[in-house]
Amino acid sequence: MAQTKDLKSDTKKPSYKSLLIENIKYRTLLTKKYQQKKPFVRKDVKKVTAFIPGTILNIYVKKNKRVKEGEKLLVLEAMKMRNELTSPIEGTIKDIYIKEGSRVTKGELLVEFI
Amino acid sequence: MGLKHKTADLKKRMREAVKGGGLKAIEKQKAIGKKTARERIISILDPKSFHEYDMFVKHAGKDFDMDKKFLPGDGVITGTGTMNGHPVCIYAQDFTVAGGSLGWAHAKKITKIMDHALKLKIPIIGINDSGGARIQEGVNALAGYGEIFYRNTRASGVIPQISVILGPCAGGAVYSPALTDFVFVVDKVSKMFITGPEVIKTVLGEEISMEELGGARVHSEITGNAHFYADSEEQCFDQIKQLISFIPWNNEKKAESFPKKPPKTRQYNIDTIMPADPRQPYDVRDVIKSISDDSEFLEISELYAANIVIGFSRIAGQTVGLVANQPLVLAGVLDVDSSSKAARFIRYCDAFNIPIVTLVDLPGYLPGIDQEHAGVIRHGAKLLYAYSEATVPKITVIMRKAYGGGYIAMCSHHLRADFVGAWPTAEIAVMGPEGAANIIFRNEIKNAENPDDTRKQKIKEYKDKFANPYVAAAYGYIDAVIEPKETRNFILHALEVSSLKVEIVPTKKHGVPPF
Repeated sequence: MAQTKDLKSDTKKPSYKSLLIENIKYRTLLTKKYQQKKPFVRKDVKKVTAFIPGTILNIYVKKNKRVKEGEKLLVLEAMKMRNELTSPIEGTIKDIYIKEGSRVTKGELLVEFI
Repeated sequence: MGLKHKTADLKKRMREAVKGGGLKAIEKQKAIGKKTARERIISILDPKSFHEYDMFVKHAGKDFDMDKKFLPGDGVITGTGTMNGHPVCIYAQDFTVAGGSLGWAHAKKITKIMDHALKLKIPIIGINDSGGARIQEGVNALAGYGEIFYRNTRASGVIPQISVILGPCAGGAVYSPALTDFVFVVDKVSKMFITGPEVIKTVLGEEISMEELGGARVHSEITGNAHFYADSEEQCFDQIKQLISFIPWNNEKKAESFPKKPPKTRQYNIDTIMPADPRQPYDVRDVIKSISDDSEFLEISELYAANIVIGFSRIAGQTVGLVANQPLVLAGVLDVDSSSKAARFIRYCDAFNIPIVTLVDLPGYLPGIDQEHAGVIRHGAKLLYAYSEATVPKITVIMRKAYGGGYIAMCSHHLRADFVGAWPTAEIAVMGPEGAANIIFRNEIKNAENPDDTRKQKIKEYKDKFANPYVAAAYGYIDAVIEPKETRNFILHALEVSSLKVEIVPTKKHGVPPF
């Protein structure tokens, strides 16, 4: 009876890679998911990014302005909720990359500190 | 009016109902390679076995002029029939009728046939092809979905529940398949998502096609939501028939026994499949085929987390569930996805009295930040939970590597495997020789005149002493060291002697597994 697609038929010439586990190198195929995994990036506190895709409603700060930790930076509307983004640190605004009304995607850089 | 007239009237009514959404709508379905709902049911069931119920059910919509519309059968066909001569309940949503949308009466027909299946203790097959909730019926449509989900959950582990996605299945509708045992999808036909590309575009500004978002391939390879992937509806129906032959009709029965057939040993020679070097890959499915009746193996979730292989085969006519590490892919490691995949399958086998055969060859867990952050602790624990919980006969064969936590997790004696055999090539150790030697002899290696030579020497020493099955055998952690060619016999005998197995579990409502 019919079988589901054989893995081998997708990879006619198996291109084996090596995978290191506890100092042993194994010859093996990699999955698509493994190949597509994103490298870990440490969070930069000087960069405020959108945690959710949405629209910028208000911006309360200006370039070169000095802000305290916890001070309101902007309002990001997403999923019908108005999310207030506050400053994670005390510092001076280096640049603002969005305008009121901008649509932003998840992870997009909004405000940067010096 | 005499009987003749009344019969003619019935026939007329039936003709109307069978038309579904009409010729035009049917042609539209056909143009994209889809069969009609009724054709699908007939293709799955034994010839002439289908009996339809609730053909004349009327939809319940009152608002928005819906009361003036006639929707034959309210867009879903339900009934009973047989597969391989055994009874099943079945329903198929009819996309030609109001886009197969789910209204109150539509849901009522489905829940009625589900109740029937649970009462009669027979499998239920649901064919999904629907645009989603019938918006005009408002909260009644939502109530319908809720009633279906509730029944899916109640029936889980009691009767087999099979979902076939043959069209769109969007929004709340996707949760019924997700609650069932097996989900079948067909390339280019099946589409599943909570929110479609349109919504994603308007709300988030991200553009993606239906196929890329929730096509058959995505759910078979990336999400793991689908268990069987087919190129056509015909192939999909063959897969369903094959699956149904392997599983019992309910949780009080055993799977049907078939006449015993030898494996095709000329094609699959167990002595030559596996390279002796534990770093070299091979396809573990060849080992499975070398011990299975007629070398038949029905693989489940083949494309998803391919580093572990799960599926059904028969040994001397009896169904067994196989769980095997796959050295061909990611060296056969356990990770988030492969642990979840195997754990759910083990629970399925346990719920339906299917003995579990585990074939072990793994280097351990996959190291990585992504794995740790994805919760490999919790997901990996699922495997421990599932094996420990299972009370069906559990038979384990360690073929090559069984290092570290992986050794414990792959149905070791410690998780109450009933029989553990190991090939002479087995290496059962706390970790691989390279890693172990580097830790144990760290100072000796560091202080040596020639560290590289000393390291090699120490690795060799460790290998000679520990990279074998005899250390574990000395403690009784494995029951027997067997030649590979004895594997089928070992499993067969284990199945025979454990056929009366009863295991007492502590009284509880249910456990709290690391879902």
